Amino acid sequence: MKEITYQKAINEAIDEEMKRDPSIFIIGEDIGKHWGGSLGELAGLFDKYGAERVRETPISETAILGGAIGAAATGMRPIAYLYFDDFLGVCGDELINQLQMKYMYGGKTKLPLTITAYIGAGLSAAHQHSKCLFGWLMNISGLKIVAPATAYDAKGLLKSAIREDNPVIFLEHKVLLLSRSTSQIPNEEYTIPLGKADIKRGGSEVTVVAIALMVHRALAAADKLQEKGISIEVIDPRTLVPLDKQAIIDSVKKTGRLVIMDEEPKTGSAAGEIAAIVAEEAFDFLDAPIKRVCAPDTPIPFSPVLEKFWMPDEEDLIKAINEIM
Amino acid sequence: MLKGVKVKEITYLQAITEAVDEEMARDPTVFLMGEDIRQWGAPLGEFKGLFEKYGGERVRDTAISETAMLGAAAGAAATGMRPIVHIMFSEFLGVCMSDIRCVLTKTRYMTGAKTKFPATIMSYSGAGVSAAGEHSTCPYGYMMAIPGLKIVVPSTPYDAKGLIKSAIREDNPVQVLYHQKLISDRLTGEVPEEEYTIPIGKADIKREGSDVTVVAIGLMVHRALSAAAKLQEKGISIEVVDPRTLAPLDKQAIIDSVKKTGRLVIMDEEPKTESASSEISAIVAEEALDFLDAPIKRVCAPDTPIPFSPVLEKAWMPDEEDLLKAVNEIV
Amino acid sequence: MAIEKEKLIDMYRVMVRIRTFEDRVFKEFAAGNIPGFVHLYAGEEAIAAGACANLRPDDYITSTHRGHGHLIAKGGKTDRMMAELYGKKTGYNRGKGGSMHIAEVDIGILGADAIVAAGIPIAGGAALSAQMRGTDQVTLCFFGDGATNTTRFHEGVNLASIWKLPIVYVIENNVYAETTPVSYAMNIPNIADRAVAYGIPGKTVDGNDVLAVHEVVGEALARARKGEGPTLVECKTCRYYGHYEGDTQTYRTKQEFEECRKRDPIPRFRKKLIKMGVLTEKDADKINQEMLEELDKAVKFAEESPFPEPRETLEDVYT
Repeated sequence: MKEITYQKAINEAIDEEMKRDPSIFIIGEDIGKHWGGSLGELAGLFDKYGAERVRETPISETAILGGAIGAAATGMRPIAYLYFDDFLGVCGDELINQLQMKYMYGGKTKLPLTITAYIGAGLSAAHQHSKCLFGWLMNISGLKIVAPATAYDAKGLLKSAIREDNPVIFLEHKVLLLSRSTSQIPNEEYTIPLGKADIKRGGSEVTVVAIALMVHRALAAADKLQEKGISIEVIDPRTLVPLDKQAIIDSVKKTGRLVIMDEEPKTGSAAGEIAAIVAEEAFDFLDAPIKRVCAPDTPIPFSPVLEKFWMPDEEDLIKAINEIM
Repeated sequence: MLKGVKVKEITYLQAITEAVDEEMARDPTVFLMGEDIRQWGAPLGEFKGLFEKYGGERVRDTAISETAMLGAAAGAAATGMRPIVHIMFSEFLGVCMSDIRCVLTKTRYMTGAKTKFPATIMSYSGAGVSAAGEHSTCPYGYMMAIPGLKIVVPSTPYDAKGLIKSAIREDNPVQVLYHQKLISDRLTGEVPEEEYTIPIGKADIKREGSDVTVVAIGLMVHRALSAAAKLQEKGISIEVVDPRTLAPLDKQAIIDSVKKTGRLVIMDEEPKTESASSEISAIVAEEALDFLDAPIKRVCAPDTPIPFSPVLEKAWMPDEEDLLKAVNEIV
Repeated sequence: MAIEKEKLIDMYRVMVRIRTFEDRVFKEFAAGNIPGFVHLYAGEEAIAAGACANLRPDDYITSTHRGHGHLIAKGGKTDRMMAELYGKKTGYNRGKGGSMHIAEVDIGILGADAIVAAGIPIAGGAALSAQMRGTDQVTLCFFGDGATNTTRFHEGVNLASIWKLPIVYVIENNVYAETTPVSYAMNIPNIADRAVAYGIPGKTVDGNDVLAVHEVVGEALARARKGEGPTLVECKTCRYYGHYEGDTQTYRTKQEFEECRKRDPIPRFRKKLIKMGVLTEKDADKINQEMLEELDKAVKFAEESPFPEPRETLEDVYT
């Protein structure tokens, strides 16, 4: 085993895959020799693989994603680096209307394409550089979604995403990318299958489904609640599409209580879908209302004070849990 | 609803035309931008006659330029005008998604409430006319996830006229999604002769009942009503709630109905995942779980793009049978 | 540049096949046999036929909602096309796409998009892929005049230019973006002039002259294949029918419409071939007759083909 950061995990995953498969290339803005991705997670790859395979573009989101689609449909395995997920709106048509080629053209097209994008608040980057667009992305047919919370998950899932023959969006939380904290990963190569949730902490009284950065806040809250004798199970879906419904339902069957912690405005969030699934498929096991710990239905404010209020945190989760115990 | 007032019968299409016409006549800052609105009055004809009446200054034909239109609407709205932008089919909203998500709906918040954006976006939504994967979507779920945007989804001529007038008068951005099948089916209904508006954010109980609450959106309201008539024969009493506006959502009307019936089915013409029905279900599971006697059911389309072939499209769209099946599973 | 006789006849046959197909679709749509929206290519045949006659089977194209002609010119079979238009299981898209999205991926058609300009970046990606894989495949990207007013035209053409991608953009300038005349939607006489902004060649050609299109696109393809980058080719043409079937076309003047029909590329090419001694009147009539018969068979095939099973709705979202 070795200790690495979330950022390093992403770098290693791409590096290993590019070495393994010459049809993989990265296309995006500021990924080349100077920055190696604007948070540095691609550092060194340009020097190693050259400008052909680490292909810096002008600011052209539609051409990046559209181009990646065209290249994927014709034998390459592109990684489209879309920077902040907030910019996905610029290529919204590519997402909602073009990624569905396989279905529309009679099943013959294969789109082995990975999109990477930063997500998340916490850096005072204000509204146009801070969103988690889980809910919107889950609404898009044909797109798989990965949102890892740890270095271990990031590396194993990104490698699987790159090998996947369908479009996958890989969402990297900025707070985790900039964090120096490390986690253990095997020295050997490994992958993690898409669509498998991970129980980050076992517990018996309340199921907390938490996504990306929120996993860490949920774990911290669970520690505090343990002191008060409340046992929390923390489930990290890791991939939002396909969603490991069964893992969530199994946990709810055991605990009878569900709280979903999701760093998005509540309306139209991933938390809404997870709540709806449980209300539909595991209703009889619920002993209390499902709670959603989300951000308010507003844009994301800039001021650190406002942003802190906006983001769901441990206190919010503890309050929600206390309401249903 | 319409007791004691003089009424007339108009189509869903006419309701849209009358609403825009009356508001343009009333307020000179209202203007319309879009593709093919001069010659066709938009592809389905809902703005027919307005170019002749108000001229090219106020009924402004554009090139195929969704981002330019949406951006221009934001700029014009921020500086004293009241634009209506016609983004034809709701799939085309993807082309200008950044302008909606990051500019039109956010700038007021980001600039410390110094601007306002009285802009209305109007688009076709909905399947049922074999228009395939790029001209058939109901984008309810993902539009609801945009803070700062109000969303109007009328199912009848009465609602269409009253809500579109309110949308145009609203000082915040409003997305109006009207269903293309209700236009092509030439749905008619009564509206008052006199001017009226319907406030945004108020649901309408389209049919009262006591056993099951069915929340249905857009075209689905009609399918829910016909299913309810069939279930009545079997002695099952259905309440059909039409939210009419998805943002703000009239949560209270839905919760009040569920408190009465104890059962909830949501009928929504979208792929199930992250649909409007997800949000509605989650709200009830969070705020009215103790009143529920059965699981919340969602009658939605499958999680696929929309297929072209009429046979496949019919299988894709939620219909009466799907609703009857879901209701039978919980009563 | 002399073109072989067989190739000339092939181009003529492709044009007649497209026209015959479109005339038949016009009729069957009016009879209520074809669901959805239909946009006919009639009047523009010389562009698809002339441009695609330069292609190798392994070259790619991207198409649009007005795409029947592109598919036929790239080698599509009219029976499977008609079946798709009818929504049948035997159609190229197995009933998932219909007229607006008709495409046969197996013969190098990446898709037919009904979101204006969506094919431009995708074509760029296919060209990039060819460049990276070290093949000399070229991508031919078809779109209309309206697409050149959108954001994606700018991003897509610019990127292809700086990377010298093997791509040829073929603008089918048919005077109207739906109802909006080019004269209203842009302030330049020739769309090809926009090429200057990207530092690539721009050529304007009579889109109703199949040999002219063939030549100009052929030169552009040769350039692209040699690694010299993209070219913007504007083919000036006009629409024989409306924007879509059902369009009353009140926005077109009688004069423009009549002039358009007078410019019909098919009789023009036929006359030329006869004059060149490539075809006799009888040969040409025979081709017309063969196409009529082929289309009878195509309609029969479509009618007799089964609809897909409803459960196929759920297939092919993922691999």
